[in-house]
Amino acid sequence: MLAATRPTGWDFPLFLHVLGAMVLVGGLTVAVAFQLLAWRKRDPADVAAFTRAGFRALLAVALPGLIVMRIGAQWVYSKEGWSGDNDPAWLGIGYLTADLGGILLLITIILAGLGARRLRRSGGSKSVLTRIAMPLATLLLIAYVIAVWAMTTKPN
Amino acid sequence: MPVALTLHDWLLFLHVLSAFALVSAEVLFTFLLVTLWKTDVPADIARVSGTAFLGNILVGVGSVGVLIFGILLAFEADSYAIWDGWIIAAIVLWLVFAEVGRRAGKAYDAAGARARALVAEGRNEPNPELGVMFRSPTALWLHVSSMAVVVLLLLDMIFKPGA
Repeated sequence: MLAATRPTGWDFPLFLHVLGAMVLVGGLTVAVAFQLLAWRKRDPADVAAFTRAGFRALLAVALPGLIVMRIGAQWVYSKEGWSGDNDPAWLGIGYLTADLGGILLLITIILAGLGARRLRRSGGSKSVLTRIAMPLATLLLIAYVIAVWAMTTKPN
Repeated sequence: MPVALTLHDWLLFLHVLSAFALVSAEVLFTFLLVTLWKTDVPADIARVSGTAFLGNILVGVGSVGVLIFGILLAFEADSYAIWDGWIIAAIVLWLVFAEVGRRAGKAYDAAGARARALVAEGRNEPNPELGVMFRSPTALWLHVSSMAVVVLLLLDMIFKPGA
């Protein structure tokens, strides 16, 4: 039960925004789960498979989700007629997590991809790059849950 | 900046957060399906099928949370009532999702369990039976249907037909 009253012209952009955000959070959840498994495993075949799966979840699920979410957000923003002056705080939280989070997501994807490639080539079971990518992806997941809180409760 | 949240705010947040958990589970199941689609090797399937456990937790918590917090919201909010058409439609869609998702999960859990049994027996050669179980058109149809119902639920929540 999202916003109770709003012009019906906002419905489709809002649908895109929420669907994109859900896919983004889903992709991050999958990526963090696989990265955590990769971290805990010792067998190089397991580590390589889980690391690759984590990277693919970020690239093929979370990134498209972020793009759709961001397009939907801008569309709703333009329809609501905000100008950037005196925008509410919850909107600022949304922009911060979408844009800074987007940059952080790209960095995480690059680190996870390079780490997965190095593991495949070396046949090893540890990669510093993937071990940096995992906390970054977790941080992003937490940030987006906070954004969901800000978007739904709209504090002040 | 003081933050004064009402009961309605918290119910809405928990309702939406539950929906995110539900969709995360659907994303996880779809990701596993795509990742394993072309393999008949038991170890490959057994290795990642264990992560479906996380999906089962997410889908359980998410689906129950969406329903409970949604019903509480309907009673708490003045602007809508439990007998509104779009809320009844959502409850019907939730019931459809629960049954379709249960059937899809049963089919894929059986494939994962078979893969783990084969690995435990030391049989890791490609297994056509496993491929047939995993690529079952019925199971795929059930999974796609569950995703479609989730999208319909989201459309219903946002467009609120009849409200």
